[in-house]
Amino acid sequence: MSKQLKPGQGPLDYARRPWIMTLFAGVLVFLYAPIASLIAFSFNVDKSGVWHGFTFMNYVKAWHNEAIFYALSNSITIAILSTIFSTIFGAMTALALWRFKFPFKNAYEGFMTLPIVVPEICMGISLAMFFSYTGMMAGVRDWLWPFNLINIIFAHIAFCFPFVAVVVRARLQGFNRQLEEASKDLGATETQTFMNVLVPFMVPSLVAGGLLAFTLSLDDFVITLFSSGPGSVTFPVKIYGMVKRGVDMQINAASTILIVITLAATLLAMKLQAPNKSGH
Amino acid sequence: MTEPIISIRNVAKRFAGGVTAVDNISIDIMPNEFFALLGPSGCGKTTLLRMISGLETPTEGQIFIGGEDMAFTPPNKRPTNMVFQSYAVFPHMTVEQNVGYGLKVTGVAPAEIKTRTAEALEMVKLSHLALRKPDQMSGGQRQRVALARALVKRPKVLLLDEPLSALDAKLRDDMRMELTRLQETVGITFIIVTHDQDEALSMASRIAVMDKGAVAQIATPAELYEQPRNRFVADFIGKVNLLDAAIVKQKGETKTCDAKGIGKFDMLTDKACSNEATIAVRPEKLKLSTSEPKGAGLVKVKATIRDVAYYGDTSHIIADTVEGKELEINVQNDSRTGGAGVERGQKMWVHFNPHDALLLTE
Repeated sequence: MSKQLKPGQGPLDYARRPWIMTLFAGVLVFLYAPIASLIAFSFNVDKSGVWHGFTFMNYVKAWHNEAIFYALSNSITIAILSTIFSTIFGAMTALALWRFKFPFKNAYEGFMTLPIVVPEICMGISLAMFFSYTGMMAGVRDWLWPFNLINIIFAHIAFCFPFVAVVVRARLQGFNRQLEEASKDLGATETQTFMNVLVPFMVPSLVAGGLLAFTLSLDDFVITLFSSGPGSVTFPVKIYGMVKRGVDMQINAASTILIVITLAATLLAMKLQAPNKSGH
Repeated sequence: MTEPIISIRNVAKRFAGGVTAVDNISIDIMPNEFFALLGPSGCGKTTLLRMISGLETPTEGQIFIGGEDMAFTPPNKRPTNMVFQSYAVFPHMTVEQNVGYGLKVTGVAPAEIKTRTAEALEMVKLSHLALRKPDQMSGGQRQRVALARALVKRPKVLLLDEPLSALDAKLRDDMRMELTRLQETVGITFIIVTHDQDEALSMASRIAVMDKGAVAQIATPAELYEQPRNRFVADFIGKVNLLDAAIVKQKGETKTCDAKGIGKFDMLTDKACSNEATIAVRPEKLKLSTSEPKGAGLVKVKATIRDVAYYGDTSHIIADTVEGKELEINVQNDSRTGGAGVERGQKMWVHFNPHDALLLTE
């Protein structure tokens, strides 16, 4: 008989070895303790770093804080509008890259993904320069809300749509072209085929890509800071400004709301992207 | 004489880069035929089918469907419908929606869609699954959906692209019968593409054997098997022993052949021959005997049994002649004892009647 292995000694039992479990726990604490404490202190009674009792007061105060509310509504407006446009542009880009052959297609595909890899600070500066040269930085500040946010919306569309394009393109890769042919063979026109066969197939990736764009837009700081003129403050920028003036638990409350929105959107996106709905 | 429902006239398809998929093909297909395009992969049979459906356009030639040249008519304007190899059942629609799709997009009234869809589902025995989604169905059921979806359009011609290739063996046999039955019930022309000769032989009323983009022969299954026009067809349809032969004497229809490894014998044929020919003999037309066979005109040769493969109803035997020619012989196991009665290494006489052999010049 070979000698009996104790629990944790088998070759694949590493998750049961104490030192590895300690390491796992350590990493989790390191990553999530700051966020957990931020959320916990959003329910604290006073603004010292010591726990003095549970309250929802910070949330109520943040809700009634006009500056925070204004910034949040700006952020959500920007996120919704740039999500809609970047989803449309991203889907169009993905379709063009999937469907057609054209000169310099590979180069185009590479350039399209640049906003994903270019450092945000570089993109922010280039956008700031673009808006000042064209006079848009100062030009739009007196426009009616939400048109005074147009610079930020443009900037967000520019860095969000490649993410949508990448997600939609990946989905289209799994499309069975015979579905399209079957639709035409059964008497459908090009437009009917697109609407009845291709769009339903793309829907999960459109939703996933859109939610990705939404979360990216909602919590973007660097690019927004560079492309926003005076007066058009977004939520992350506002929080940054408040932190510089001292700690207030309203910031924690507002941040918690941002975390919840982002997390919900991300979870939904992941669920919709799960590879259980294939087109075969 | 009836007009052909489909008339393919000198059709060619050349792809960029110099690949010729289909080269100057002409075929007439009659109404109510069960027509098969048969050939090895890459012979152009699927391309030809796609040109009939309108999913590809020919580089040259005309395709008449119901008397009208439709070579460049888009697929949605043709009276043909296709059953795709991958079935191409729409994954986001129920069975009912799938079947009704072709009617809906062409503006058929909802009430009529409902009755015709129900009829079509009845025909393929899927009425009980009308509300299922395709991912809850087996491959065979999805194929029936694809069939119903095409038939509900009442096409003049139904096109089937390798419809049985993705099914397992048992289901394939059932589906073969089912397709033949359907074709008889609905009374429309079926054109099937297949690389499986059994499929073509058992279902089709006429077969076009294709090779390298051209038609090698168009004939009924029995003609193809017994009267193949050339070596390719003889070899592709069923099994065959091909014997290289020199024609040593020609006197009217009597040709004296000297087959390599076999010997001299006379063949009767009205074909014009040069000095070279191929003699084709099917394995079941070869006989085995332990003593020298007697009979006028029999072709006989001594051979050593190399291999015996037992298939239940038949045994396939490989034998080498004295001069080293390999022959394949099929023996019916028509008695329960003894099997073929042949053992490896045994020396036996192989013989056949020249009437059962065929002289091929192409």
